[in-house]
Amino acid sequence: MTKTTLTSHALKLLCLAALSLVVSAARADVRVEDPWVRATVPGQSASGAFMRLTSSAPAKLVSASAKIADSVEVHEMSMTDNVMRMKQIPALDLPAGKTVELAPGGYHIMFFKLHSQLKDGDTVPMTLVFEDAQGKRSSVDVQAPVRPLTAAMPAGHGAHAGHGAHK
Amino acid sequence: MMTPDIAPGSIASLNADSSANPARRRVLLSLAAAAALPLAACGRDGQLKNVHGIDLTDAKWSADFSLKDPDGKTRSIADFKDKLVMLFFGFTQCPDVCPTTLARAAQVKAGLGADGSKLQVLFITVDPERDTPDVLRAYTTAFDPGFLGLYGDAKQTVDTAKAFKVFFQKVPTGSSYTMEHTALTYVFDTRGQLRLALRHEQTAAECLSDIRQLV
Repeated sequence: MTKTTLTSHALKLLCLAALSLVVSAARADVRVEDPWVRATVPGQSASGAFMRLTSSAPAKLVSASAKIADSVEVHEMSMTDNVMRMKQIPALDLPAGKTVELAPGGYHIMFFKLHSQLKDGDTVPMTLVFEDAQGKRSSVDVQAPVRPLTAAMPAGHGAHAGHGAHK
Repeated sequence: MMTPDIAPGSIASLNADSSANPARRRVLLSLAAAAALPLAACGRDGQLKNVHGIDLTDAKWSADFSLKDPDGKTRSIADFKDKLVMLFFGFTQCPDVCPTTLARAAQVKAGLGADGSKLQVLFITVDPERDTPDVLRAYTTAFDPGFLGLYGDAKQTVDTAKAFKVFFQKVPTGSSYTMEHTALTYVFDTRGQLRLALRHEQTAAECLSDIRQLV
């Protein structure tokens, strides 16, 4: 490899880097905090992931994927007249600068047809897909640790969370 | 997979909106009335006072079940005489409410200290199709070795839910199905009498305070 081609490669890389900086500035940057997945027992084929999402600009979580399961959906749980209801939602709104919590008692990412048991201490790689107000999509890779099946809600987000988890 | 095969007709009668279903409205009204009763009815032996849950002592109904445990043994409420029983309906594929309820039950049991041995927690699956005996056993005992899962066939599941005025239904999602169900925890006293319904919103401390009155 000659010096010239090296320089040209470096230039191309620089250009790409600069371009991606511009792109990410135009898009909504979504911060993902404290992601975790609930452990399962042998034979249990579904589980859920929880986390906090904060977007710099208006955006929505439109889908999620993970290799650990056949399908991954965004769900909303609600409690009405002591009945727990659950539904798949097409997208989860992320207002600018507002932390949206995916936590027991509200939203979660649901895994169906898990390929194997999820054990405390494992890490689940998953990809979240966001869409900004202009309809541009971007994805964020997340490494979520597996917490025990018996994990209670984090302190302060207790049993009174009720419907939804917008804070 | 997407079509409910648990006697849809029977479920329909339980699952209509409260506004549209006189039977369900009656249940809600009687629960509301029961909630207002405890103070008015003070002074009788064993009366509950200031409970956080719903006092069912004077409710005009009680309920029993005949379901199998993971060993295949048929169980009913009479098998747990001399125990306080916390009973609720759920399914193991539940990522949210059911593990929270079981974890809370484990906290209540721990909070009872030495009296914890008098508490029997029963978890009745509303999803017997997926909750095999082995999965049920592994799931409930992950929270406490003494917690017992119970299951029946489709009809027994519907009948048991009806007896407890519990609503449940299968809800198709994009790729599979999930269950909606009543999230109350029923409490029987040591004489096998239905006494309380604990709401999902109650903290472990509030449940413990209610249950201590029955020890």
